[in-house]
Amino acid sequence: MAGFREAQGDLQLEAVTKRFGDFTAVDDIDLRVPRGSFFALLGPSGCGKTTTLRMVAGLEQPTAGRVMIGDTDLTGSRPYERPVNTVFQSYALFPHLTIHDNVAFGPKRRKLADASQRTDEALELVQMSSFAARKPAQLSGGQQQRVALARALVNHPEVLLLDEPLGALDLKLRREMQVELKRIQTEVGLTFIHVTHDQEEAMTMADTVAVMNRGHIEQLGAPEELYDLPRTRFVANFLGQANTGAGTIKDVDGDHLVVNVLGTPVKILRSRSQVHEGDVLFGVRPEKVTVSRTRPEGAGNDVRGVVRDVSFLGVATSYLVDMPSGATWSCYEQNLDVEPLDLRPGDEVWLTWNPGHAFGVPAEAPA
Amino acid sequence: MSALAQVAGDPDLEPAPAAPEAKQRSWTAYLLMLPGVLWLGVFFLLPLVQLASVSLQSRYPGFPGYYYRDLNFSNYASALTDYAPHFARSFLYAGLATFLAFAVAYPLAYAMAFKAGRWRNLMMICVIAPFFTSFILRTFAWSQILADEGWVASVLNFLHVLPNGHIINTPIAVVAGLTYNFLPFMVLPIYASLERADPRVIEAGGDLYANGFTTFRTVTLPISMPGVLAGTLLTFIPAAGDFVNMELLGPQRGKMIGNVINDQFLAVPGGYPVAAALSFTLMAAILVLVFLYVRRFGTEELV
Repeated sequence: MAGFREAQGDLQLEAVTKRFGDFTAVDDIDLRVPRGSFFALLGPSGCGKTTTLRMVAGLEQPTAGRVMIGDTDLTGSRPYERPVNTVFQSYALFPHLTIHDNVAFGPKRRKLADASQRTDEALELVQMSSFAARKPAQLSGGQQQRVALARALVNHPEVLLLDEPLGALDLKLRREMQVELKRIQTEVGLTFIHVTHDQEEAMTMADTVAVMNRGHIEQLGAPEELYDLPRTRFVANFLGQANTGAGTIKDVDGDHLVVNVLGTPVKILRSRSQVHEGDVLFGVRPEKVTVSRTRPEGAGNDVRGVVRDVSFLGVATSYLVDMPSGATWSCYEQNLDVEPLDLRPGDEVWLTWNPGHAFGVPAEAPA
Repeated sequence: MSALAQVAGDPDLEPAPAAPEAKQRSWTAYLLMLPGVLWLGVFFLLPLVQLASVSLQSRYPGFPGYYYRDLNFSNYASALTDYAPHFARSFLYAGLATFLAFAVAYPLAYAMAFKAGRWRNLMMICVIAPFFTSFILRTFAWSQILADEGWVASVLNFLHVLPNGHIINTPIAVVAGLTYNFLPFMVLPIYASLERADPRVIEAGGDLYANGFTTFRTVTLPISMPGVLAGTLLTFIPAAGDFVNMELLGPQRGKMIGNVINDQFLAVPGGYPVAAALSFTLMAAILVLVFLYVRRFGTEELV
């Protein structure tokens, strides 16, 4: 097929920028996605994640920078020349073609001899074989989603792009599809790049997550890493919940920094803070915080607060606690004990945590 | 069983068939249909029956203009034998005009739907603007434009491309007039179907290894087929029965069937039965052609 480029290897974006008029959607991004990995681009709407994806697909061309797969520079090439396929948001199935013909579209365009056999295999993979003769309008959202996946997978692309593929599904179906997508990715071993604004979805499926904000990659790493040690205020708040307090670094105590948060001294491991002097945003994840009625002995990090709200969740009880700083913190009590704490709004409590779980990020989000 | 299989096999997730309507609702539906049904009954169905009976009447010999009720099928026989060339001409000219209108309208509708950006509304107004003046006036204007002294004829004559030096009063002028007059009926449905298309579906064509032309051929054009079908029908059907363009732009001889019907009704003494028979024949012929056309090119929405 004219123009089609075989390319193998890691996907690389080198200093990629995309501007639409005055608006910079993607600002000087460098990225390397190892071959065969499940990579998620996570961020709020308008952060540039979809634009980044479209530049990989060839549906947009970067204003500056290069898009490469392995050693092949794909910058400037058309979508149909790239060994890349997309599962579009809202699926974008061809409404005038049957499910079989939808899936066979790519292989037929490439004039592959085994187009029909490949199509059957792809439909088999997503368990949609029995629907081959139907039209897209006759399928449910979840079924269309899987046809869209088969239509992309059938081409064995070097990189498969998924643009919010589960966004239109209800919660239960979405959970099931998350597991299925991960299974299929493991089975076919292709590079998957998954764009989503759902942090849970990104963390469940991806090997590596890049958190994007305002056209930048804020932080990139394994989900556990991002969650455990966020490097920016944005990541701390976007990925899961964080109890935070703005403070100033006052002192160094061995491996720890001592931070004064509105009069209360708290400790952060030096290695877990991005700043080592001046203003810092102190943070700790809610599940790392222990709540008790009396001041625990020798914990070191303890703050007194007043319970504002109690929600019983089954496996745990969630508390919202008003802190002396004016912030509201969240914490959990695992429902393990025969006699639970039985806290009520208005009760005074002590919150403690292991200083090793605390983190420090720059106080001001970089503009 | 995996999650996928559950989804695949779960009949609850199929698009639900329309729920059976409550009695109350269907009753309301009939009530809402009533004015339309009455209107069509009084002003379409009754005249049609009347016309059918006229088409079978016979003339009193020696008394032109007087008829008696009859089952005189010879009116149809003469309609078919005497005026076969007029039928053929009508369908030829209407077909040509439909084809030309399609050739002009599709790129225009495509540009309006995908390329016009902020000019889209202005283009839409330009397409609709001709409706603000009467059909007859616009056709008169065309007789001026295509006249021997007009710039179109001058330019074409300068280039020596006109066989006999005229456009006006030729079949070319008639086809041009038909094309022009019915163009908006072609543009609007095609535009509507293109505008409604999900741009991602078209992008998906490119993503799946189809270049620009192949994507157009295999995705964009098929998606817009309902619009093309509606546009061609809305152009061909009135064009086949039209007589104004032929009257104002066409030659003296070699008329279309619309002119014959017009003349039989208004100019020929005692022409009513033949005119009525011709009308019915035209209607039947168009119905057959449309049926064959829709069967061949139709999409599920329209069949």
